[in-house]
Amino acid sequence: MHDKTLAELARSLDAGEFSSHELTQHLLGRIDRLDGELNSFITVTFDQALATADAADKTRAAGKAGPLTGLPLALKDIFCTRDVRTTAGSRMLDNFVSPYDATVVEKLATAGTVSLGKTNMDEFAMGSSNENSHYGPVKNPWDLAAVPGGSSGGSAAAVAAGLVPAAIGTDTGGSIRQPAAFCGITGLKPTYGRVSRYGMIAYASSLDQAGPMARTAEDCALLLSAMAGHDLRDSTCVARGVPDYTEELDTPLAGLKIGLPREYFGDGLDPQVETAVRDAIKVFESLGASVREVSLPHTHYAIPAYYVIAPAEASSNLSRFDGVRFGHRCDAPVDLIDLYKRSRAEGFGDEVKRRILIGTHTLSEGFFDAYYKKAQQVRRLIRQDFLDAFEEVDVLMGPASPTPAFDLGANKDPVSMYLQDIYTIAVNLAGIPGMSVPAGFAGRRPVGLQILGSHFTEARLLNVAHQFQQATDWHRQRPAFAEENA
Amino acid sequence: MQWETVIGLEVHVQLATRSKIFSGASTAFGAEPNTQACAVDLGLPGVLPVLNEAAVAMAVKFGLAIHAEIPEVSVFDRKNYFYPDLPKGYQTSQMYQPIVGAGVVEITLEDGTTKPIRVHHAHLEEDAGKSLHEDYHGMTGVDLNRAGTPLLEIVSEPDMRSAKEAAAYLKAIHSIVTYLGISDGNMAEGSMRCDVNVSVRPKGQKAFGTRAEIKNVNSFRFVERAIAYEVERQIELLEDDGVVIQETRLFDPDRDETRSMRTKEEANDYRYFPCPDLLPVVLDQAYIDHLRDNLPELPADKRARFESELGLSAYDASVLSATREMADYFEEVKDVCGDAKQAANWVQGELAGALNREGLAIVDSPVSARQLGELIARVIDDTINGKAAKQVFQALWNGQGAKADDIIDAQGLKQVTDTGAIEAMIDQVIADSPAQVAQYRDAEPEKRGKMIGYFVGQVMKASRGTANPQQVNQLLKQKLDAFC
Repeated sequence: MHDKTLAELARSLDAGEFSSHELTQHLLGRIDRLDGELNSFITVTFDQALATADAADKTRAAGKAGPLTGLPLALKDIFCTRDVRTTAGSRMLDNFVSPYDATVVEKLATAGTVSLGKTNMDEFAMGSSNENSHYGPVKNPWDLAAVPGGSSGGSAAAVAAGLVPAAIGTDTGGSIRQPAAFCGITGLKPTYGRVSRYGMIAYASSLDQAGPMARTAEDCALLLSAMAGHDLRDSTCVARGVPDYTEELDTPLAGLKIGLPREYFGDGLDPQVETAVRDAIKVFESLGASVREVSLPHTHYAIPAYYVIAPAEASSNLSRFDGVRFGHRCDAPVDLIDLYKRSRAEGFGDEVKRRILIGTHTLSEGFFDAYYKKAQQVRRLIRQDFLDAFEEVDVLMGPASPTPAFDLGANKDPVSMYLQDIYTIAVNLAGIPGMSVPAGFAGRRPVGLQILGSHFTEARLLNVAHQFQQATDWHRQRPAFAEENA
Repeated sequence: MQWETVIGLEVHVQLATRSKIFSGASTAFGAEPNTQACAVDLGLPGVLPVLNEAAVAMAVKFGLAIHAEIPEVSVFDRKNYFYPDLPKGYQTSQMYQPIVGAGVVEITLEDGTTKPIRVHHAHLEEDAGKSLHEDYHGMTGVDLNRAGTPLLEIVSEPDMRSAKEAAAYLKAIHSIVTYLGISDGNMAEGSMRCDVNVSVRPKGQKAFGTRAEIKNVNSFRFVERAIAYEVERQIELLEDDGVVIQETRLFDPDRDETRSMRTKEEANDYRYFPCPDLLPVVLDQAYIDHLRDNLPELPADKRARFESELGLSAYDASVLSATREMADYFEEVKDVCGDAKQAANWVQGELAGALNREGLAIVDSPVSARQLGELIARVIDDTINGKAAKQVFQALWNGQGAKADDIIDAQGLKQVTDTGAIEAMIDQVIADSPAQVAQYRDAEPEKRGKMIGYFVGQVMKASRGTANPQQVNQLLKQKLDAFC
């Protein structure tokens, strides 16, 4: 049951092989048995999940089931959920229960999905290894000594371990694609503005975007069809029709023009990762695609630009956590300044503090032009690089990450951690959609192929990924962790 | 030494939108604390702002009214600082690209002369909540009902040279925003507040002196008093060889003084940057033209029309156009009675006096414009005389009748113009006053004019005030002169 994709589960539910209740019960049992080791969930909503599953079974019995009715999933703990606490992986919000549901949560509930709980993450989505969570690190089901990636590490690990067939993540600089790559699952970061950010706790507002993480491109298509769309509560969410993203999955790839950015195959790329990626590209050639090298000349400015813009926005976004209205408040403050200082000092972890400090500094009088304005100029150049490349090719391909999953505790230095996101970060700066698709292994650890497209070409990306998954079985591999303990 | 005062004003106008600038919560004043603050106003995790189009339209209308340029693109920025009544830790404002560019407001001084005051720009922003320091036993209460109320901040150039000019400017802004209907202009409820920048310099010097900013002054009177105090304080300082330091001060109306709040060194670095949650506001010409075409007549235009078309004096025109309510009332009175000058006299005389006595605003007048117009019409067509008219006005004021005509009938105030009836009354008075008639007869002819007053009074008394005074005068003179 736990090996199936969402599409397969939907067919089984339709065929009456098992009920949503039985499926949910089964997965909750697995979470109970396996997640103590994995730590992929912060909160599991046992009772609520079963109640929702029962309601879904009734809907199905009444003949009113949609494509996602009764299908279980998990939500990154950055999405506000009414009645279930939302921590963003932070001590600051350990006690926070939102009075409202995020738009994405609302849409997925309307579609009939069954949430099993809230997944672990780097605090406020700041991190690439899930080691920055107040709730402890998550382990990679493929190798318990390795990180699952971050910041949506809990979502990726839970799917990979067969605790849940799909999970929702967010991606500000690679936080869906890199953990998807590290955990051998399929993840999609949609175009900025495709999915509403309302109710998603903001890290860097101009970069954050929610997206699906699942076993297959087909499942991502099913989920995106339900998640995407205009939201009057988010001004940056684009008023643009939502297609059925499953419709184009079967389009043949003959004639597809693939670009390989020269800059994504340079120094620092792990040779095993490179081999896996180049082998994957050969598969596309065998499917009728043509490949050429392209250049994204400003790539090496992406990390510095990101680490000016994202912390600047974060420093402002996180000001609301002041101990006054919600979240952590220090004991017995003597005055207002003491309340602010101690509540924030106690509530935030080191990486969050580091980015607040960086952002506060770069926005300060006298530094704003040199940092923030310059970074925005760089951002436009990076975006232009992609637009120019998409004049020549349909999609870009490369590694999602320069290395496979690294060991827990291996990257102590923040800058070496930041460099993990070298291939993913520019995509957020440009606002374009990107996917990571399982494409082989480096030893026991999975390798992800990154596929990028121009703005609002999600249907094309999903089609390309789906065709790859029709020709390969990397996405069907399961870690021993999931099997042994089944 | 002769000193010159230099003043610039930042006026914050609460816009009269029904909901807040970035949320759907109500903006109504006076609700129980924290009952009109939704998730967005509370700055809960995950919430996002959505711009209220009504606030944009109001800001643009103001810009058009002061002949300002309206940039095609304006941008919201975040002004970052921590305060308990600022839920998000930043105020969404417009720092670099405001919605209204440079414009001009014409002020009218007491002697009737006008002076243009340049407006540097006006920008949209959200109001903060209120910190309540009383009644919480050494703690502070926070009311977020006001958080997110749309404000238009109108920033003038330092063009004012006296407290009177500053007050006149504030009144002109008040008049424009109330005419446009974009604010209720209620200063007592905080719908209009201003920060006053004041400096002094030796007369003739070009460079500005160091300025102090007086925060949050919320009445026309306080603006004048705060400036008067501050100017005196700065001049005293300078004349004692001291220096004025750039600082923020607070006006204390109870003590009639300003006090230092923080100096420039202590000032916040607000770390402004464009708000990533809001798109730039892009206005097309058709939108602006539509708003322009639907602007109401503005105070300056109305004043000019009252002078040129209605023949009012500059003073009357200025008083009657000062507020939209006043102008609307006056124009209705004028339309009903058909005489602008009479209407102006009544509105500024009898009506204004009565309103003042009772401390009422014109919109709360117990006598409606229609009622007053109908009353004046009866004076104009000689149905009643002026004295009776005042009686009718009082009766209307007291609610003793719905229409002037009803009261005139009920109280028998109709003017007697029947010559025969008046002659009969005169004859009776003459017959009853032999001594006075004799005095009149024996007096020097040039003194008789004064003496006739006694007889007029007696006849009016006999008629209970209804006799036409001109006729009484004329007939009395004929009859008395017949004795001479």
